[in-house]
Amino acid sequence: MLAYVVRSIMQGLIVMLAVAFIAFSMFRFVGDPVVNMLGQEATLQDRAELTERLGLNDPVPLQFGRFLMNAVQFDFGISYRQGRKVSSLIAERLPATVELAVLSAIFALVIGIGLGVFAAIRRDSWLAHVVMTVSLIGVSLPTFLIGIGLIYIFAVELRWLPSFGRGETVKIGWWSTGLLTTSGLKSLIMPVVTLGFLQLTLIMRLVRSEMLEVMRSDFVRFARARGVSERNIEFRHALRNTMIPVITIAGLQLGGVIAFAIVTETVFQWPGLGALFVNAVQFVDIPVMSAYLFFVAAVFVLTSLMVDMIYLALDPRLKSGPGAK
Amino acid sequence: MSDPVISVRNLQVEFVTRRATLRAIDGVSFDIAKGEVLGVVGESGAGKSVTGAAIIGLIEPPGRISGGEILLNGRRIDNLPPEEMRKIRGRKVAMIFQDPLTSLNPLFRVGEQLVETIRTHLPMNERQARDRAIELLTEVGIPAPEKRIDGYPHEFSGGMRQRVVIALALCAEPDFIVADEPTTALDVSVQAQIISLIKKLGRERGMAVMLVTHDMGVIAETADRVAVMYAGRVAEIGPVRDVVQRPMHPYAKGLMGAIPTLEAATDRLVQIPGSMPRLSSIPRGCAFNPRCGEAFARCFVDQPVPLPVAGRHVACHLYETVETVR
Repeated sequence: MLAYVVRSIMQGLIVMLAVAFIAFSMFRFVGDPVVNMLGQEATLQDRAELTERLGLNDPVPLQFGRFLMNAVQFDFGISYRQGRKVSSLIAERLPATVELAVLSAIFALVIGIGLGVFAAIRRDSWLAHVVMTVSLIGVSLPTFLIGIGLIYIFAVELRWLPSFGRGETVKIGWWSTGLLTTSGLKSLIMPVVTLGFLQLTLIMRLVRSEMLEVMRSDFVRFARARGVSERNIEFRHALRNTMIPVITIAGLQLGGVIAFAIVTETVFQWPGLGALFVNAVQFVDIPVMSAYLFFVAAVFVLTSLMVDMIYLALDPRLKSGPGAK
Repeated sequence: MSDPVISVRNLQVEFVTRRATLRAIDGVSFDIAKGEVLGVVGESGAGKSVTGAAIIGLIEPPGRISGGEILLNGRRIDNLPPEEMRKIRGRKVAMIFQDPLTSLNPLFRVGEQLVETIRTHLPMNERQARDRAIELLTEVGIPAPEKRIDGYPHEFSGGMRQRVVIALALCAEPDFIVADEPTTALDVSVQAQIISLIKKLGRERGMAVMLVTHDMGVIAETADRVAVMYAGRVAEIGPVRDVVQRPMHPYAKGLMGAIPTLEAATDRLVQIPGSMPRLSSIPRGCAFNPRCGEAFARCFVDQPVPLPVAGRHVACHLYETVETVR
């Protein structure tokens, strides 16, 4: 069991190291940082000075080592465009993205699992058919279209919800939250639905098919043969077995939600990391891009680590190690 | 014979598919008395397992019982509402499935599954149910049950898992138990243990047992009576010694004749020519007629029904003229 945990963490570290190397390479191969920082007009002397100051004359492994040391301390240098520390830019934008993504994930998980279970248990009811049909639309509609559609209906026509921004936010330490004000909460609704909808439909369809699969298994038949009530079979025996494959896939998808909120953030002009990244790409702001790359990788590594741990808690077969049947 | 525990009368089971309605069980009748073991043999698809599932009310759609009746201790159970039937399942009638590896929920401790079943049927608290679970595990021959009760299914060997499955089936002391090929998935060395365990428990508790199997050796050793099924019908049913050693129905003869023996050295194994018809194309008259060496004109027209012949029931026109004079 300990070996399993250690292995999971090691794998995560290796991924982070590989990502660090790619992020580091970006500085060297995507444009010349010296030119980027000083512009076309600088004298040769200025350039040589800056090159020396930035440590660009040192051997590559040494530079990489320095880059790693800084990255571990969340120091990604200074934004070319805004001239501020990248870490503080990210800290400023992080709350918006995290609140959006976490709420979307909860929205997708709770409703997705609920509807999936419903569609599996009442497989032949008309409501289940409606749910399945709507989910098919959800799977095939692109995210930005859902966002624009929601804006048109709820912001333009009905005027119930704001069409962009976070609304009023409250500062708690360095964290700015939109969860404590009415306008902040209202602003969250549409982005959350937009970002979570695709995941919701995927999770729902996955839960449904896994659950149907489990309901056909021998141990469910045997539980029926023992007279265990349908309720217990569905919510105790079947649901728990359904969750194992669902968690793997849902975990990775939710990592994607946090990492790739870009489209939703653009549609709703959400002041989060995605918007920061889009701007950074436009201006070839390498430090911001590499920090974002780091952030995305970290989110994926952490979620998959979490998935592994949940797995361990759910499936007793893993605890006895790889030797067991 | 005392009143039968389970009595199946003219049972019919149909599967409704888009193209046709297939009759998987067609007019099956038998009784099983207290403490008696009825062996049910036949090829795959002969309807053995479906009969068992029908009795405990676990035919899954699109299948349904379309005729006949099933009586438990004289009370009709085939037409009970689902919730009533659920209360009987596990309490009065139980079933053991083929594969102990998949019969247990891998994510729950053995004890949790036992306690759940016990508390479903008997008014016991957690503590009492656990004590009873340990008793049951002892009874089915699991060593150190106080410890093993907290184990997960994957920590048990195949034979031990089947013992756990049996314990689960016995939780509420049912009157009748269907054992659907309980040893097929097990090692040969373990098979005998499981079979003798089932036999012993049946005797001790006075349970009626329906033992579905392919294995004639198991039948000969365990069963009191045997029913030979073919294409959803009972071909021959009677005391084991008679049916196994002196079968009368041509299919039963073929089946018993196909058991290889050590004494008779043969180059080729005996087999019945042809194969069982699909449910969608059961021939008119006797279902066995295409493969039967003794078929005559009537076999292609009339469906034979089981009639008493020489201490047993045989569904074959060959014997009707002998003893049944109408």
